[in-house]
Amino acid sequence: MSNSAEKKGRKKRVNYFATPYTVANAVKDGGMATKLSMLIMGFGNIVHKQIIKGLLFLALEICYLVFMVQTGFHCIAMLPSLGDDAGGEVWNEAKGIYEYTAGDSSVLILLYGVVSVVITVVFVLLWRGALKSAYKAEYLTQRKMHVNTFVEDVREMFNENLHKTLMFLPFTGILVFTVLPLIYMISMAFTNYSKEGDHLNLFDWVGLDNFVKVLNFQDSVGQTFWSVLGWTIIWAIFATGLNYIFGMILAIVINRKGTRFKAFWRFCFVLSIAVPQFVSLLIMRTCLQPEGAVNVMLKNLGIIDTSLPFFTDATWARVTVIIINCWVGIPYTLLQVTGILQNIPAELYESAKVDGANAVVTFFKITLPYMLFVTTPYLITQFTGNVNNFNVIFLLSGGNPTPVGSTAGKTDLLVTWLYKLTIEKQYYNLGAVIGILTFIVLAAVALVTYRNTGSYKNEEEFM
Amino acid sequence: MKKKETASAKTRRFISNTIVHVSLAVLAIIWLFPIFWVVLTSFRGEKGSYVSSFFPKTYTLDNYKRLFTDTSILNFPQMFMNTLIIACFCAVISSIFVLSVSYCMSRLRFKMRKAYMNMAMILGLFPGFMSMVAVYYILKAIGLSEGSLIRLSLILVYTGGTGLSFQIAKGFFDTVPKALDEAAFLDGCNKFQVFTKVTIPLSKPIIVYTILTSFMAPWLDFIFAKVICRADAKYYTVSIGLWRMLEKEYIDSWYTCFAAGAVCVSIPIAILFVCMQNCYVEGMAGAVKG
Repeated sequence: MSNSAEKKGRKKRVNYFATPYTVANAVKDGGMATKLSMLIMGFGNIVHKQIIKGLLFLALEICYLVFMVQTGFHCIAMLPSLGDDAGGEVWNEAKGIYEYTAGDSSVLILLYGVVSVVITVVFVLLWRGALKSAYKAEYLTQRKMHVNTFVEDVREMFNENLHKTLMFLPFTGILVFTVLPLIYMISMAFTNYSKEGDHLNLFDWVGLDNFVKVLNFQDSVGQTFWSVLGWTIIWAIFATGLNYIFGMILAIVINRKGTRFKAFWRFCFVLSIAVPQFVSLLIMRTCLQPEGAVNVMLKNLGIIDTSLPFFTDATWARVTVIIINCWVGIPYTLLQVTGILQNIPAELYESAKVDGANAVVTFFKITLPYMLFVTTPYLITQFTGNVNNFNVIFLLSGGNPTPVGSTAGKTDLLVTWLYKLTIEKQYYNLGAVIGILTFIVLAAVALVTYRNTGSYKNEEEFM
Repeated sequence: MKKKETASAKTRRFISNTIVHVSLAVLAIIWLFPIFWVVLTSFRGEKGSYVSSFFPKTYTLDNYKRLFTDTSILNFPQMFMNTLIIACFCAVISSIFVLSVSYCMSRLRFKMRKAYMNMAMILGLFPGFMSMVAVYYILKAIGLSEGSLIRLSLILVYTGGTGLSFQIAKGFFDTVPKALDEAAFLDGCNKFQVFTKVTIPLSKPIIVYTILTSFMAPWLDFIFAKVICRADAKYYTVSIGLWRMLEKEYIDSWYTCFAAGAVCVSIPIAILFVCMQNCYVEGMAGAVKG
């Protein structure tokens, strides 16, 4: 893909993957067998001698139908009301006693409903695939061209369709453990699922009420939100920037020609990753307590009289977490950057040397542009990772110091606040709203930068 | 004249080298200090989390002994095995996921490629455990939330989303010259063979990196583990165990054991790191060019 083609492609979208086998064509030009495949998936394939493939499609359709009849339709039908039966005592005439009924659980109704909807969407995609495949078989037969046998199809899965083979399992994992739960949690933001007003068992849709509450400057929740958001952004910028710059400088210093014992230095820094982050953070937390090791020792040495307020004063706590995050993050940057630094073509440096460039010029003219080109996506991931950096904050300061009566502390990020709201305080709906708002903030930042980076626009080339 | 110049250049190089080495040494001490501290604490004779001196007054091995024999309250050996098993599975499965997705994104061109990349980016922007509660309900609905299946659900949770973190490996694959692929095609390889026989052997550093990060995920995470294990202490991973040792009711008697546990957890990971360090030495550029 040359640069000019790419530019043209921006103005007039060229579809590189155009095929005659589309759903629209299948509906328009398809023969009887293809049309029947719309009802009986795989019928067209069976007619055109792709028997195994056809039967597979058919089996999938039957599975889906059985599922829908047994549970799916009921689950989707329950979605609008989310259940009304509060449960309780019911008079049983025959036995002459009161019986307790469990009642509806809105959480489960919502979950099953969302799962059924997702399964239906997946099925529709499959159905389109089956239809296209049937049309393709017919199209090729009509033109007396070769129709793939099953063995050839399988072989194709390792060549032309390799992406389908390689991506199938990872994608399924993402669908089940990321997409599905996310849809579920997002829908929760539009309900009143919280301990407020006793809605832990039965809850209803409330539209945008929760968003209004969180974004409102007058509301106490709203005020907390804006202050937490401000700190989150400051934190993310410092944490990402300092780690990247210092990590890269460290990597370059270790890799430079004059430095001896390269492996040893790298080992020293990498060893701190070898200790699970979790452990080192807990240790630091214990050491930095008012009566912890650091304060006790400083007092014994006579340097200070009163304990340093590492996690009890807002400003101290904020600076402390940023510095400790550097301790945690720089070795990671070092590790990741070293590999890429070694990939910079040596000719570039040699020619720079011939031209008489010194270390600083080489860094700004070759190393930095190359690194930024390769690592912009990494930087963005780091930034989002820091906005969502749960471990460091939760394990170090736990969000403290917390003002009296507030749900969030001075070092709480949006994520840790989300955790407190959902797990500790059971405001599930507000938690979900904050999750969504975090996403919106990040999306705005990331989309703009990501789309403007060299490695996204021209990923095939550098220089 | 010429000789003088080289002499002054030599002294300059000597000075800058000295500065570099001294500052590296200082930094290394800062980075190693907490590790040193844990090791010392794990051998400390006095109990309790409050200390008055940097070096312990008495040294003992009791902390380790207690950690591995006192299984009545916190069964550390069991937690260790749980985590090790989970981590091994994660390392294999996640690495396969990450590498294959990265290869697809880097080398193959297909219709949904850009869409997938955008989707991955969008999903990456949501707070990771926002979906935690939902994941628990899903696992419960499939029937994986009880008994020994908890291990399976933890593996599923840790590997499930790894197909999204392909950026770094993709960036690496992008820098492997395409000419090598084309040569392999001419020799009659199909795309899968190019992946396994050309790209993978040339990508040792990134593979090492991927395996390490996937192996470490179960050791580091404790939020998912906590939510999924609930009160079932039999399936706790070390991170929950260590976390509990620092809870108010345990900290006074378990603090030094916590340090011992931390040392034990770090050892397998540290060994892995040391063994795989070599993959990071220079010459990568040469290997690829060759």
